Amino acid sequence: MDITFKQVDYTYQANSPFEHKALKNLSFHLPGGSFTAIVGHTGSGKSTLLQHLNGLVRPTSGSVQIGEHTLEPKKKPKQAKELRKQVGIVFQYPEHQLFEETVEKDIAFGPRNFGVAEKEIAKRVKESAAAVGLDLSLLSRSPFELSGGQMRRVAIAGVLAVRPRVLVLDEPTAGLDPRGQQEIMDMFYRLHKEQQLTTILVTHSMEDALTYADHMLVLDKGEKYMEGTPVKVFQDRQALQQVQLDVPEIFQFLQKTSERFGKQVAYEGENVDRLAEQLADLAGDKHE
Amino acid sequence: MYAIEFKNVSFRYEEEQPYVLRNVSFQVEAGEWLAIIGHNGSGKSTIAKLMNGLLFPTEGEIIINGIPLNEENIWEIRRQVGMVFQNPDNQFVGTTVRDDVAFGLENRGVPRAEMMDRITSSLEQVRMQDYLLHEPYRLSGGQKQRVAIAGVLAISPSVIILDEATAMLDPLGRKEILDTVHHVQAAQQLGLITITHDLNEVMQAHRVLVMNDGEIWTTTVPRELVKRQTELQQIGLDVPFVTQLAHALERQGITLDEQPIDHEELLDALWTLHSNK
Ligand SMILES: Nc1ncnc2c1ncn2[C@@H]1O[C@H](COP(=O)(O)OP(=O)(O)OP(=O)(O)O)[C@@H](O)[C@H]1O
Ligand SMILES: Nc1ncnc2c1ncn2[C@@H]1O[C@H](COP(=O)(O)OP(=O)(O)OP(=O)(O)O)[C@@H](O)[C@H]1O
Ligand SMILES: [Mg+2]
Ligand SMILES: [Mg+2]
Repeated sequence: MDITFKQVDYTYQANSPFEHKALKNLSFHLPGGSFTAIVGHTGSGKSTLLQHLNGLVRPTSGSVQIGEHTLEPKKKPKQAKELRKQVGIVFQYPEHQLFEETVEKDIAFGPRNFGVAEKEIAKRVKESAAAVGLDLSLLSRSPFELSGGQMRRVAIAGVLAVRPRVLVLDEPTAGLDPRGQQEIMDMFYRLHKEQQLTTILVTHSMEDALTYADHMLVLDKGEKYMEGTPVKVFQDRQALQQVQLDVPEIFQFLQKTSERFGKQVAYEGENVDRLAEQLADLAGDKHE
Repeated sequence: MYAIEFKNVSFRYEEEQPYVLRNVSFQVEAGEWLAIIGHNGSGKSTIAKLMNGLLFPTEGEIIINGIPLNEENIWEIRRQVGMVFQNPDNQFVGTTVRDDVAFGLENRGVPRAEMMDRITSSLEQVRMQDYLLHEPYRLSGGQKQRVAIAGVLAISPSVIILDEATAMLDPLGRKEILDTVHHVQAAQQLGLITITHDLNEVMQAHRVLVMNDGEIWTTTVPRELVKRQTELQQIGLDVPFVTQLAHALERQGITLDEQPIDHEELLDALWTLHSNK
């Protein structure tokens, strides 16, 4: 599903002393089936933007188009439930989307709410739990008697079980152990490829933006600051540093290497082994 | 005397459930920074909750600044232990950022005149001074974590425990906040424990304790730990970028004298090799 923001403003607590414009004149277009990473400093408006995508909030002015659905100020979207079914959001803090008595009921909540048959629900619960690496012995537990990373996995499984067309992920790997981070990002990427899911990832990991996204949006104080492919965005380190961001660690390391050896070493999509070869060559060069 | 000492601590949440901690023993000295890592569900947050008496050991003993922790002295101990939870929403009590930070100070009987100073300076340390009258639950994810950390800095405890307290911050913000905490810790000789999945953060700690399935897998220094890349990957963990690179260089036939722990050390080593050619 295509997503288009047209001059979107969003204001919290309008007409109060705390009035805060969290999004300002935001316009962009994300084609269906694309994978977009959204980055920005603390408080730049990322989570606020995401909440527009399934109609949790509506723009204060401007409009948001998600496939057939249009969100405008003061107008209830026509098929709000359909929109929530098609757009699955994994929230920044998993506790915010857990509420049932057991893990199993929690994962089943979405599909049940959208009228999926019981037999199919049971199948989806098992599938989703497996997809996020959740031990089946935890299904009968209360979701609040889990570790942080286990809660995160339940929250993700609950979103997958609805089989959305658009995946919206707000820091989905925070709280996961290193293996979990890798496995779950790979799993999202596989779903994105196999089912052409439009995917929107808010992340503080520039590495994940570089590895998985084909498009990137940088926010600063509620405004669009940069947009383009990750490699293009990461070419302008100064611009990123001006808004308290930085390039992925491998770019930082390459820059330091270039400075140290007085020889330009550019990023060419290398993995650590390729980089090690380049470094071995550099170190092995005759000193002049 | 240690800031924190665990002696053969075992714990289970319910009698019929299996133990989630088995025979855990370790010490943290005053002025020391210990990082705790481990796969999801390995027992890290349970250790944190035992340290300030939110839970009590099923077996074994916990000693904070020389005082064995028990149900009678838990309030006394909590005054000395500043803890930030994995989800800051679970610890906000005030209706404004100011009141929230003030709460911990009132509890410790800090005089009113001093309170305002401490509130402002701790919020400045985390760059949240402009949010004094905001409601904590209306902040962004990272802003909440900053306020929760200010709450701990304000009370100047003798032990600080951060349970994934910077997970929602951008890399620069995370570095800045950790530097601040580290600075306070060194200046006041506090015991600091950070529970984290951030491998670069682990490298800055003095020592690291690795949990695996309720047991201590090892306690060592970061430089030694990262030599065990394959084993760490087997228990759901990994090593940072520099270590991965150092190991890849070994595969190219380049062996470094010492395991580098940051970019500079790795580049220094390569430069030395280069200059000696
Ligand atoms: N419910 C709310 N009421 C009032 N203001 C809010 C509310 N939620 C967020 N804000 C404010 O709006 C701004 C944007 O918040 P948002 O949560 O979108 O940021 P973010 O980019 O997701 O940040 P982070 O990386 O810290 O999660 C922040 O300054 C925040 O304080
Ligand atoms: N309130 C509870 N009741 C019962 N079991 C619990 C409770 N809280 C945690 N557990 C279980 O105890 C074990 C250890 O959990 P703990 O929260 O200490 O893990 P952790 O190492 O902090 O993991 P994470 O990295 O995911 O935060 C897990 O298997 C978890 O399911
Ligand atoms: Mg956010
Ligand atoms: Mg935990």
